[in-house]
Amino acid sequence: MSDQFEPRLIGFLCRWCSYNGADLAGTARLKYPPNMVPIKTNCSGRIDPTHILKAFKEGADGVLIAGCHPGDCHYINGNYRTAGRYPLMEKLLEQMGLEHGRVRLEWVSAAEGEKFQHVVTEFTEQIRALGPLGWGEQFHDESAESEEATKEAVPV
Amino acid sequence: MPEDKIAVYFCHCGSNIAGKVDVEKVTAWAAEQPNVVVSREYKYMCSDPGQDLIKEDIQKLGVNRVVVAACSPTMHEPTFRKAASDAGLNPYLLQMANVREHCSWVTEDKDEATEKAKRILNAQIHRLPFNEALDPIEVPVNPAVMVVGGGIAGIEAALKLSATGKKVYLVEKQPSIGGHMAMFDKTFPTLDCAACILTPKMSAAGKDPNIELLAYSEVEEVDGYVGNFKVKVRKKARYVNTDTCTGCAACLEACVVRKVPSEFDQGLGKRTAIYIPFPQAVPLRATIDAEKCLTLKGKKCKQPCTTACGPQAIDFEQQDEVLDFEVGAIIMATGFELWDPTPETRYSYGQLDNVITSLEFERISNASGPTGGHIVLKNGEAPKSVAILHCVGSRDENYQEHCSRVCCMYSLKFSHLIKEHLPETEVYELYIDMRAYGKGYEEFYKRLMDEGVHFVRGRAAEVSSVALSPEEEGRLVVKVEDTLLGIVRRIPADMVILSSGLAPAKDAKSVAQTFGFGCSANGFYLERHPKLEPVSTVTDGIFIAGCCQYPKDIPDTVAQAGAAAAGALALVDNPTVKVEPTVSYIDPEKCCGCHICVSVCPHTAIQYNEEKGVAEVITAACKGCGVCVAACGSNVPQQAGYLDDQIFAEIEGAMAL
Repeated sequence: MSDQFEPRLIGFLCRWCSYNGADLAGTARLKYPPNMVPIKTNCSGRIDPTHILKAFKEGADGVLIAGCHPGDCHYINGNYRTAGRYPLMEKLLEQMGLEHGRVRLEWVSAAEGEKFQHVVTEFTEQIRALGPLGWGEQFHDESAESEEATKEAVPV
Repeated sequence: MPEDKIAVYFCHCGSNIAGKVDVEKVTAWAAEQPNVVVSREYKYMCSDPGQDLIKEDIQKLGVNRVVVAACSPTMHEPTFRKAASDAGLNPYLLQMANVREHCSWVTEDKDEATEKAKRILNAQIHRLPFNEALDPIEVPVNPAVMVVGGGIAGIEAALKLSATGKKVYLVEKQPSIGGHMAMFDKTFPTLDCAACILTPKMSAAGKDPNIELLAYSEVEEVDGYVGNFKVKVRKKARYVNTDTCTGCAACLEACVVRKVPSEFDQGLGKRTAIYIPFPQAVPLRATIDAEKCLTLKGKKCKQPCTTACGPQAIDFEQQDEVLDFEVGAIIMATGFELWDPTPETRYSYGQLDNVITSLEFERISNASGPTGGHIVLKNGEAPKSVAILHCVGSRDENYQEHCSRVCCMYSLKFSHLIKEHLPETEVYELYIDMRAYGKGYEEFYKRLMDEGVHFVRGRAAEVSSVALSPEEEGRLVVKVEDTLLGIVRRIPADMVILSSGLAPAKDAKSVAQTFGFGCSANGFYLERHPKLEPVSTVTDGIFIAGCCQYPKDIPDTVAQAGAAAAGALALVDNPTVKVEPTVSYIDPEKCCGCHICVSVCPHTAIQYNEEKGVAEVITAACKGCGVCVAACGSNVPQQAGYLDDQIFAEIEGAMAL
């Protein structure tokens, strides 16, 4: 491996469309960078902002959320909830000092193996260009002192 | 609580995984991880000896959590969960790590694949201590089945199910069942008359006491889940009382609107505003075309149909009816559409006379068709030369990449029919490859070669009326590169038949959405697994058969319809079915009663209990999307199998390396 920065990515995939799309990329032997670990949920609407924050806290440099195309949701409209929450979450993360582009929402159907390959490849490059986030180290370094810091920060 | 004893099994999958991932290295590494008591690798974990490894370790080593690193859980999670269950372990204490589809098959570099496999596996090792034993929810099964689409696939599936005594609702959007097969003349390669083999089945379906025919009807809404679907069907107004109409056709004689292009005859013949699509229609009932009927358009008409109708069946006041049905399984058999060759302008379809589609030729050669079975040109004369152009809209990157599978054979059938009717007529087959793959097909091709048909290997370049020689004057000319001779030829023809490919129905996408499954990239319905579950969809309890899945010939369609019927029967023949227990639950102690979860639930499975002031999940209605969990500001709803702690642990595991 070269010295280039290898981003660490988490990909939340809905079980019905995007997870199967990822499976199809596999069946078709489409190659993409190995940086992302997929996590399966039944619906992209299950993805909670805390999951994204947790991923960043644990050292992720980028998070992908992938669900069914609008209208294709196995649960009628779960993905509309995802689509509704996503801009709010982006704003929240921005306010926390996160650069735009570290979280990405994509619709990938079970038939779109090529799209999945394309999305992961592109997202990996996108995060590589943004560089390491470093929240993980920050959190873990501070965790020992965090309790005290919290006490100090909260006015009694 | 007993201590966690995790067993790790790493599958080689032959060389599918082991060819890219250093299995020994990962297995040895896994053995060192917290809570892991045993870590093994095996060539094929899904084989009996592989499954026995899991069972033995559960029974002998007291393993109480299992992770199998292998293929996609979609493939073998049920296999391994069953093995765990057989050995006395709750199946939901087993997780799969997808190191094949998501790792070895998609990663170029071996070291990188090995590292990724470790991260995928570690996510599951971290998750397992948070897994809870879950029991599948058992729900009752409604024994009735709905078949959507009344072509040969739907008819066959309905008849098979009826033969087992099940109640079947057969929904067809046209006024009659029969589908495309009813339009065909002969069938390849046996040259059976299509009507002779189809109409007895149509008639049987129409008379079957177990089959309720819902013709001229469309599914509007589907709710519920495996074993318990609720379907709303719109029965369109025929403006004819089907109970009293006898199908005598006296109204057709009387109707004054006589020049409506007949859909059944591909617009080549005419019908009246009140019509029966074809004489063998099932149900044999008249229908008024509301867009053509003068009375229904609010224009003046003496209504001779009403006068002619003995049983007084005509009812201009009739309205659409929306009917509710409850069924345990659904079979989709919604068929195909012939690819419309209009966009392929170089073939001049719609521009020049006597350039026709294959389906139009079916009607022309059919004895019950608009020409009485005489193969004639628009001017009524017999063609002296006919060119049949293969692969129109098939195997063409501009339109449809797929091979439509039936066109080579129906084209050969056309040649035979032309030669039979008009022995002196020259027939040219312009093909790319001759695909004669079925039983008796190659033999049929060989027979045609002896019947004096000209076979020209090449995709036609254009069809024009520009004559360059006296022989071409006043005729169609097909330009083609004969790739066997290596020359460009100009073939004069009086009739050009475009062997159009099969396309997905225009509404395939929206119909699939209504039923909750997807379409493939080419627009046909997506099967659950292309090889092992070709008649299932991702939605449990919904099956597919016939050309809605992919182009296929009649034997394959009938076989698939039987398979879909068997799949539906295997479900509805049981009193109950087990569904995934990954449902939400709400702790009443923590719920503040804010209603947010109630408002986001797509299946109205959460209700507010006024008395207790809390939201409650109706377990039977919850489908386990988890939308409520993410919506709650206090994280009160939790979804079994996808608890926050489980997802957090997966993230920790994935990021720990």
